Amino acid sequence: MKNESQKILHLYNRAGFGISPENWQKQKEKKINEAINEIFQDIDNYENLKVLDAFEPVDRDAMKSLPEDERKMKRQEMRKKAREEIKTLNTHWLSHFSSEKAVLREKMTLFWHGHFACESKFSWLVQTQNNTIRKYALGNFRDLVLAISKDPAMLLYLNNQQNKKASPNENYARELMELFTIGIGNYTENDIKEAARAFTGWGVNRQTAEYVFRQKQHDFDEKAFMGKTGDFNGEDIIDIILEKEETAQFITSKIYRYFVNPVPNENRITSLAQSFYNSDYDILALMREIFESDWFYEEENRGVCIKSPVELIASFQLNFGIEFLNPDTPLFIQKILDQILFFPPNVAGWKGGKSWIDSSSLMFRLKMAELFFYAAEISIGNKEEEDVSKQGLIKSQLKKMEVTANWESLFNTFQESTSDVEILFENLCDYLILTNQKPSQDFVTKFTKQDSTDMFLKTMSIALASTPEYQMR
Amino acid sequence: MKRRDFLQNTALATAGTLWIPSFLKQYETIQKYKAGNTDKILVIIQLSGGNDGLNTIIPFENDLYYNARPKLAIPKTEVLSLNDELGLNPVMTGLRNIYEEGYLSIINNVGYPNPNRSHFRSTDIWQTASDSDEYLSTGWLGRYLDAACVGDCTTAHKAIEVDDTLSLVLKGEEMKGLALKNPKKLHKVTQSPHIQALANLNQEHENENIAYLYKTLAETVSSANYIYDKSTVKESTEEYPQNKFGNNLKTIANLINAGLETNIYYTSLGGFDTHVNQKQAQDRLLKVYSDALEVFVKDLKKNGKLSQVVVMTFSEFGRRVAQNASNGTDHGTANQVFIIGESLNKAGFYNESPNLSDLDEGDLKYSVDFRNIYATLLSTHLDSDVESVLTQKFDTLDFI
Repeated sequence: MKNESQKILHLYNRAGFGISPENWQKQKEKKINEAINEIFQDIDNYENLKVLDAFEPVDRDAMKSLPEDERKMKRQEMRKKAREEIKTLNTHWLSHFSSEKAVLREKMTLFWHGHFACESKFSWLVQTQNNTIRKYALGNFRDLVLAISKDPAMLLYLNNQQNKKASPNENYARELMELFTIGIGNYTENDIKEAARAFTGWGVNRQTAEYVFRQKQHDFDEKAFMGKTGDFNGEDIIDIILEKEETAQFITSKIYRYFVNPVPNENRITSLAQSFYNSDYDILALMREIFESDWFYEEENRGVCIKSPVELIASFQLNFGIEFLNPDTPLFIQKILDQILFFPPNVAGWKGGKSWIDSSSLMFRLKMAELFFYAAEISIGNKEEEDVSKQGLIKSQLKKMEVTANWESLFNTFQESTSDVEILFENLCDYLILTNQKPSQDFVTKFTKQDSTDMFLKTMSIALASTPEYQMR
Repeated sequence: MKRRDFLQNTALATAGTLWIPSFLKQYETIQKYKAGNTDKILVIIQLSGGNDGLNTIIPFENDLYYNARPKLAIPKTEVLSLNDELGLNPVMTGLRNIYEEGYLSIINNVGYPNPNRSHFRSTDIWQTASDSDEYLSTGWLGRYLDAACVGDCTTAHKAIEVDDTLSLVLKGEEMKGLALKNPKKLHKVTQSPHIQALANLNQEHENENIAYLYKTLAETVSSANYIYDKSTVKESTEEYPQNKFGNNLKTIANLINAGLETNIYYTSLGGFDTHVNQKQAQDRLLKVYSDALEVFVKDLKKNGKLSQVVVMTFSEFGRRVAQNASNGTDHGTANQVFIIGESLNKAGFYNESPNLSDLDEGDLKYSVDFRNIYATLLSTHLDSDVESVLTQKFDTLDFI
């Protein structure tokens, strides 16, 4: 039975961001197939980000009529407003991670956000792109790539707005192949040039903030791409790229390394990629195949991924029900630990894995529980921000991390089972720690107060959340 | 886990392949650090935000400069002239003194092809030594650490960044530098009972990632102890300017003078993004930089350490030649790099002055790729392999 419940925990930490104590109590006795089915049945039960109701175009004529000083002030105001909105989008999305609704869709949305890495200073475009990714996250990969190729934030980010017949800009075409679909080594420099021509005229209408096809800027002439010749447009290019099995291999491998194990198992990846290709790039079917396979639950795949910074925050939200009293806090943590939602480092996204960990980030991670629950003072600060788009977004100094926690939920789940210390420790460990090897009980009891069962549960779970093992999912 | 399982695991610990030494054990292994060993030290100072090079080193005989900057140009009479056409910003008397000692080499027109004008991206390019359309997820000094650590490297303090968090520049694939604001603060953090208890667990970890976490933890604690012990032996008696940057340089000088086995120090001074009313802001920052650096050089010299040290100063980009309407300057391209050391091959100006009559849409053209400077520092100063660290071949220059 215990092995079965550990499988369920593993599933919820990979297909989602973890599980709350009350939900854990409900789910842990279930059969693994039941849990899988529930997760897949729930995928359409999602909410979009809706911080902004509508796009507000800039009234350029009105701007022009303003004296220079006022225009400058107006621009600054607009920048500040957008920044505040992006900040709100960031914290709202973060709260989705622990809503326990459509968990797989939210997890996939985060995965694709890192894959189709993009940054925009326009809050409306940030929200739109995130909702587009969420919509297609578990659909057909071709639809997703096409939606991204027409996504306004992406078109601006990778300069397709400047991609015109008379002067093609290769930026989008290059990243489409190198990072988004087939991977380096499977195309030539000439393929990039030709693909860029096919995407000419794909732009953004600045008045509506929507995709627009500018016929006059599109190159309708013949292109030679990956061994084929024709008057290809962007859609044709995507089709040709997806006809190559290497694309299925590239995407499956990345999904495997994120959802299963950072160490790739080539045979398994090839077999999964084959199914993915044969299903005509059905993402949902691929994820089902992964979560329904026996090897997914083998010990070698459990607790072996390092939680990314936002995944770590999500763990605290789910396990302890924490809520931030100050919205600056989650942003401060994201910056210190180097993963700010909507601000990937560059178009290649977050590298993940060991790159999350260095001396200072590890010390901070290990002290997070203490900062949250013992109101310890934060001893480090963030680097000053030079980029205007991020200035004012994140505090460089923060004294404390004020949160509320939902201890009742944890107490109710674990207290009733028993008052035996050994068993309580084991139950808590089984819930909070995903690694096969649990933290040493000697270490944990050193930081545990046994005045009452509640106090015991509280101090022990804080100690467990202060271990390297808690950094793993 | 049951108590008896824990005891069993402990008993097994010595047989493990990924056995993590406790920090005391590690303290001893520090002495064994030999791979890529050198007593040479490289100090890097990043002027963040994009320092305006043309108001740092002023072409005081050039009408094009004065025409492009009607309100921002520094009058010839105020410039601290270094030769018959170039001179320093008047606040930089400290750097002038270093120059006059023959310890400063100024490399003009440093940049890279297809320059990027975003702070974040251009900083990334300088820190990872990538091409401007290439994305590397490791820093060039992190890769230096990787290359220097073939075999058994168990110290985190071979490279130190004086700050709370670690920049990409010091993150390698396997090895990473250590970030510290000052030795006392880091020591205090690692002395907490909870961190100590974790570091003292002798556990075997089969999984590579979890082993990596425990290894990083053990190295942090052992390096924090080592640095703290060394640095408290004797504190610098020099008087540094009372500001953050002054403190950072003082910290570095203390560690160098204490004989720490650290080869790389990294620190930055921010605020150079002077789009509006530049003069006041830039003058203040350049004075902070120059005053602190003068004390730093004096301090190292007095302690007989200057011969081991090369200091490089850079900024992620320079600024446009023409001033803007707000008495500031906007993001530009090529800029100068300062090299400070006791035995320079070419003190003074290393190469030609910026050419203000041959601009690329209002920006200076670069003539020296910054990676040629890195290659020189790696090969001549740090005795490291250029190609494996920079991921491509770059010729060396002869400034050192």
